[in-house]
Amino acid sequence: MALLEIKNLQVRVEEREILHGLTLTIDAGKVHAIMGPNGSGKSTLSHVIAGKPGYEVTGGEILFKGEDLLAMAPDERAAKGVFLAFQYPVEIPGVATMTFLRTALNAQRKARGEEEYSTPDFLKKVREISKSLNIPQDMLKRGVNVGFSGGEKKRNEVLQMALFQPSLCILDEMDSGLDIDALRIAADGVNALRSPERSMIVITHYQRLLNYIVPDVVHVMSKGRVVKSGGKELALELEASGYAQFEDAA
Amino acid sequence: MNVALVKNDSGPAASSVFAAAQGRLPGTGKVAEIRRDAFAAFERTGLPHRRIEEWKYTDLRALVRDVLPLAGAPDAAALARAKAAVAEAAIEGATKLVLVDGVVATDLSDLAALPSGVTVRMLRAVLDEQSNDSRADLLLTKTSDPMLSLNAALVTDGVVVTVADGTQLSSPLQLIHVATASKAARYSRSHVRVGQGARVTLVESAIAAAGAAAYQANDAAVVWVGDEAQLSHVRLMRDASDAVNVSSELFTIGAKSRLNLFNMTSGAAVSRLQAFFTMAGEGSELIVNGVNLLRDKQHGDMTLVVDHAVPGCTSRENFRAVLDDRAHSVFQGRIIVRQDAQQTDGKMMTRALLLSDEAEADSKPELEIFADDVSCGHGATAGALDDSLLFYLRARGLPEKQAQALLIQAFVGEAIEAIEDDHLRERVIASAQDWMEARA
Ligand SMILES: Nc1ncnc2c1ncn2[C@@H]1O[C@H](COP(=O)(O)OP(=O)(O)O)[C@@H](O)[C@H]1O
Ligand SMILES: [Mg+2]
Repeated sequence: MALLEIKNLQVRVEEREILHGLTLTIDAGKVHAIMGPNGSGKSTLSHVIAGKPGYEVTGGEILFKGEDLLAMAPDERAAKGVFLAFQYPVEIPGVATMTFLRTALNAQRKARGEEEYSTPDFLKKVREISKSLNIPQDMLKRGVNVGFSGGEKKRNEVLQMALFQPSLCILDEMDSGLDIDALRIAADGVNALRSPERSMIVITHYQRLLNYIVPDVVHVMSKGRVVKSGGKELALELEASGYAQFEDAA
Repeated sequence: MNVALVKNDSGPAASSVFAAAQGRLPGTGKVAEIRRDAFAAFERTGLPHRRIEEWKYTDLRALVRDVLPLAGAPDAAALARAKAAVAEAAIEGATKLVLVDGVVATDLSDLAALPSGVTVRMLRAVLDEQSNDSRADLLLTKTSDPMLSLNAALVTDGVVVTVADGTQLSSPLQLIHVATASKAARYSRSHVRVGQGARVTLVESAIAAAGAAAYQANDAAVVWVGDEAQLSHVRLMRDASDAVNVSSELFTIGAKSRLNLFNMTSGAAVSRLQAFFTMAGEGSELIVNGVNLLRDKQHGDMTLVVDHAVPGCTSRENFRAVLDDRAHSVFQGRIIVRQDAQQTDGKMMTRALLLSDEAEADSKPELEIFADDVSCGHGATAGALDDSLLFYLRARGLPEKQAQALLIQAFVGEAIEAIEDDHLRERVIASAQDWMEARA
């Protein structure tokens, strides 16, 4: 069954159309990669799915579990299971990571009508996850992402993914700024979350990441549209031939 | 400027208030003379207004208009309401000193159970004593200010606290100002002398008993921090939303000592804390943190004057304002470094968070430096919540108000964290959270 259906999506930013009728269907349990040159609209797509203000949807629709996603506030989308791992996670001084994690998790649970986590249960869970991601405990006492390296910020995104257990994970350029070791830790964390109920959209400019997170489907995006879709071999093809052919096609 | 030209509208009303209060003001002879002089000094300007430089942003003549009559003595019902309010404001384990409408309420205070090394007298009693002329200076300060003059003229009571040299208090002293009367004014003045090497936490709370509305509070505190002493002073100002509170605090800080002042104002329609610090002994440290949490049409002013009179002292001022609706916050910080005060290190920072387009923040930092080997500076910022941070939190499931609350908490947290006592700090955080919850 389709978890996410994007139909003919048209999006404007500051009077300029960035997505020109984008269509994409993602089934439950599948990992889709979206590849494309810089400026093709990948981050725009991820922001619109997550509900970032400032984007004007002028046409089309997005259905998530059959519901109109665009009608929901960003926090409702999160509670329903949408998770965006940001390309550039922000730093939030003065908000301890632990406080943030607990507040966010309990807000999502509350929105779903579930019981809040007790403190010991919560701490135990966070400890387990952070250990598997090689995140030191004292990092969690600091402000959210404050003083974190690029790799630490990305790992913190994966930690949240593991904690919130979303049904749709969107990873926007998770590989940017990571060395191979950091990339491997993050990718292992992501792979551990693959399940028949969980879908992923892995956005990347480079094929490299897809050696670690192997997709079921690969899409090529160019100038605000999906211009080609195929299996994982499409990524290798792109690596060899580059994006130029699609820029012309778009 | 010829002050006679700015004779104010409230003059006649104020003088009749002063005349009517005569029978209720403690002290005769020298004390009465000081009161008359102080009232005359007040009358030269009347309620301070925008043409008086120090009151430029807080024009009491426009904001307050009248000097209200002195509050009467509270009756039994009023005292019962005060008692309920005190119970809520009381800090666990603290020694309470309670003033109701500007008069010490002995029944509500812990006067019989003072920690050893602490003595407390009532200002009223001291002023009323025969041959009290030697104590008349309790009403005199070297700082001149119209509201402080009005306080000297009309003060009804206060506490005179002495903490003996070397006393280490393990729990706070808490001065609680309770208002029970409506459309009336109170004037209190307290003195606190922290002896050499003593260590004290002094909490000051301003609250309203149920039903108290539209009152005016004018409270003064004169504080000496002895050599090698440490005073943590935490003020929690939660007056009724239509009240006026003008507080004046004067500190003289001895050598190798430390004063850590924290003020949070969330109450009153119009409020001002004006604090004057004299660094009188070398090698001392002054830390001041202030938070204004204001909404509706509230006006809150924090005015700090730090006088570095001697070498080698440090002062740090950090002010945060969170402003919603049409609220107006003012920060004025003046650092004076006298010619002899070499190696002074004085800095101030003020930041305002504007939650509404109609909110307003004014800041006026001033450095007056007469020494050459000093390190002084100031900074100011004002702006809205960061949209990218808000979106990050919302994308993680926090509803809008909760996301805002978390960021506001982080913003004021940088001032609140200066409170050393864990329990007090938690109280202040909870109080800030109450304010945020009321937004939702
Ligand atoms: N906030 C914005 N304001 C104006 N233009 C924007 C904004 N965000 C993105 N764009 C433009 O939209 C296009 C797509 O950007 P983006 O979605 O970031 O692409 P990608 O992630 O594929 O590199 C680019 O041309 C970019 O300049
Ligand atoms: Mg991008």
